[in-house]
Amino acid sequence: MSSAGSEEQATINEEESTVASELTRNGEVTGYRHDGLEVDPPYLYPDYVSTRTRAPKRPLVPLAHTLSEVTGPVYGEDRIGELDHDLTRQYEGEPLGERIIVHGRLLDQDGKPVRNSLIEIWQANAAGRYRHDGDRHPAPLDPNFAGGGRAMTDDEGRYEFVTIKPGAYPWKNNPNAWRARHIHFSLFGPAFATRLITQMFFPGDPLFFQDPIFNSVPEPKDRERMICRYDHDRTVPEWALAYEYEIVLRGRQATPMED
Amino acid sequence: MPALTPSQTIGPFLRIQVPYEGEERMVAENDPDAIHIRGTVYDGEGEIVDDALVEIWQANRVGRYAHPEDNREELPLEEGFTGFGRCATDSEGRFEFITVKPGRVPARGGGLQAPHIDVSVFARGLLKRLVTRIYFPDEAEANAEDPVLSSIEHPKERDTLVAIPQEGGLRFDIHLQGDGETAFFVV
Repeated sequence: MSSAGSEEQATINEEESTVASELTRNGEVTGYRHDGLEVDPPYLYPDYVSTRTRAPKRPLVPLAHTLSEVTGPVYGEDRIGELDHDLTRQYEGEPLGERIIVHGRLLDQDGKPVRNSLIEIWQANAAGRYRHDGDRHPAPLDPNFAGGGRAMTDDEGRYEFVTIKPGAYPWKNNPNAWRARHIHFSLFGPAFATRLITQMFFPGDPLFFQDPIFNSVPEPKDRERMICRYDHDRTVPEWALAYEYEIVLRGRQATPMED
Repeated sequence: MPALTPSQTIGPFLRIQVPYEGEERMVAENDPDAIHIRGTVYDGEGEIVDDALVEIWQANRVGRYAHPEDNREELPLEEGFTGFGRCATDSEGRFEFITVKPGRVPARGGGLQAPHIDVSVFARGLLKRLVTRIYFPDEAEANAEDPVLSSIEHPKERDTLVAIPQEGGLRFDIHLQGDGETAFFVV
């Protein structure tokens, strides 16, 4: 491009950014989509006993997104250590259990990758015990497993963790209650409005039928999407089974001021 | 197009991974504008909630968000101020943030919002997060014209979003359910 051309381009860019910041000053924001949120559980789900005293009783107030909700925390790559995504290499020795790879993409509702976004996970060890003072389950702790990790998605929204398959464990929700095996996932996405905490489950778990947290999601097809898929192509021979888990966050509305 | 991933509870064992050291200190304690915001999370029986995670998101003291979509270049960003804080409640259900009062940011469709902090609450027994806002007690005029605060119909419910001055800072208790239930938003 000629130097005159670049100058012209620079002027256009400057004009565009002036227009964009003028829109921001005037409170013209494009909110995040509200459709599709019916996949979420209700606050009150009596079978999950803790919701009875923690679910709000008054109706929630709708909040049309402002600049405050379409912005959100930006985590830099600098916060992530090289081994933070590998829960099997945090100690001298290796943790006990079935080593697995959990990988996938973080997408929005339009199928676009959510790039450079922080993912945090935590889980029980192979025996179904969390390394947490509050966990009284009489199963052994593993000196080589803390159970937490984090990763950033790449330019295509991809992430990968190496961990061990968590065990099932009992809880006191009701007699003989057991949690299906799961890994907790915390996602940020680009904005306050896209924040999500969820749990990833494993295919074929016999405990699904009696797990009220899993079943709090109203539609069976939506529960299915919390279950990862065994991925033979990504399984590493003589080393680890792989599971693919795609996560979808809210997408952007098409035009400003839609709601 | 892909369907959304459903929300699930954070569960009681979040401390295995979050928050990270110091995430509740968003400015230095000796910052001349530093304020302490303290509160307790209560359930519907008035019991303390000792396994919650409280997250806050706010603009800096001149009202600029440290985020690419806040492109108002005339307002300076502050080195080291991310606008994001996290605190897990302690054995007595308490949380505390050290931050600054944010400046005013544009309201939807024109004008300015009152200074406010967006809040997310996660806990065992919450199958999805609860969202509320912290407003400031010394901003009566701005609060009165704030479109989000004004969208809460009953004054008593509206008042649950205004922090209370106390020795050494502000108090913002969160009542998940029942008497004095905090006003929560659908975002």
